[in-house]
Amino acid sequence: MASGVKPRVKVPKKAAAGDTITIKTLISHKMESGQRKDDDGNIIPRSIIHRFTADFNGENVIDVAMEPAISTNPYFQFEAVVPETGEFTFTWYDDDGDVYEEKKSITVT
Amino acid sequence: MALRRLTVAFAICAAGTAWAQDNNSLSVEGEPLITEVAAPDHVENLDTLYSGWRFRSPETQYLQTDDFENPAMVFVDQARDLWEKVEGTENMACASCHADVAEFEGLRPTLPRVENGELVAMEDLVNECRTERMGAEPWKWSKGNMTAMTALIGLQSRGMPMSVAIDGEAAPFWEQGKDLYYTRVGQLDMSCSNCHENNYGVMIRADHLSQGQINGFPTYRLKNAKLNSIHGRFKGCMKNIRATPFAEGGPEFKALELYLASRGQGLAVETPSVRN
Repeated sequence: MASGVKPRVKVPKKAAAGDTITIKTLISHKMESGQRKDDDGNIIPRSIIHRFTADFNGENVIDVAMEPAISTNPYFQFEAVVPETGEFTFTWYDDDGDVYEEKKSITVT
Repeated sequence: MALRRLTVAFAICAAGTAWAQDNNSLSVEGEPLITEVAAPDHVENLDTLYSGWRFRSPETQYLQTDDFENPAMVFVDQARDLWEKVEGTENMACASCHADVAEFEGLRPTLPRVENGELVAMEDLVNECRTERMGAEPWKWSKGNMTAMTALIGLQSRGMPMSVAIDGEAAPFWEQGKDLYYTRVGQLDMSCSNCHENNYGVMIRADHLSQGQINGFPTYRLKNAKLNSIHGRFKGCMKNIRATPFAEGGPEFKALELYLASRGQGLAVETPSVRN
């Protein structure tokens, strides 16, 4: 596992049915592009998060492909309509095969 | 006068944007913080003290109002991991002695302070713990792990008013700091006061000069995307006026830190703040 990776998500705890809510996500990750060289001139291997997805009760909300030009600690803010009470699952896929997952519940009143 | 013009400019900017934030009052996570206070008697040449937050653009100001938006919080989270990390010959972590970092509430506004005849800053306290109790290597003054840790410890006091002791044992250090503040140095022959006392609120190239308050340190700067220590910032200022900077953690900068902290007496601790 790449060091210092920590997902953070902000989802409102409550919403009215059909409301559009704003979701903010941030994952701390160094996002090494694979184009930099170390002090000895060797290329530092690429190590980025290449995919991010959010699902609500099993249904996909957003699916993002990320490329090496994305800077460190990628931040995504997006909107979603919540029809019912349920759970968001956020997943980040690392180049080294690791998968980071975070879940947040929301109550619809 | 200059500042009044500035606030008018802010009001115009704010009208065009959707920030809920009133540009003159800061609240972080719903907690209001004091960014303006009447100057104490020992600050002879200022009437009102303003936090550096007041001189920033609405977009930058907004970043500090929400802990999720505040980029410094990534480093604070790293410090929470460091807090638990066992290091050194004694097999200890910060958490071995200090169960909860919250016990340091109230520490930030009182530093630097005099201990056994010496002026100590928070970095000294952290390194004293590391070398004497953990048997670990000291951290460099402005490196990432140190600024993250001082941000985590400082955060516990967020909202409390700055109140350093400047009398008694601290008096000679305070006088030394005051001398440094008003002494012109470097090729440009400038003192701290030339910018931060005589010209705050005025543009310096593309940026507004602040009063040089240190109530928000360590501060996340957009220009270098990391936390910056107080002494690191002093160094930057001295390079800008083409002077040879004093050493980080040296007696000169610590005295200056004490003097500047006293010039912010009453302003709320904003650690970790967001600035340009």
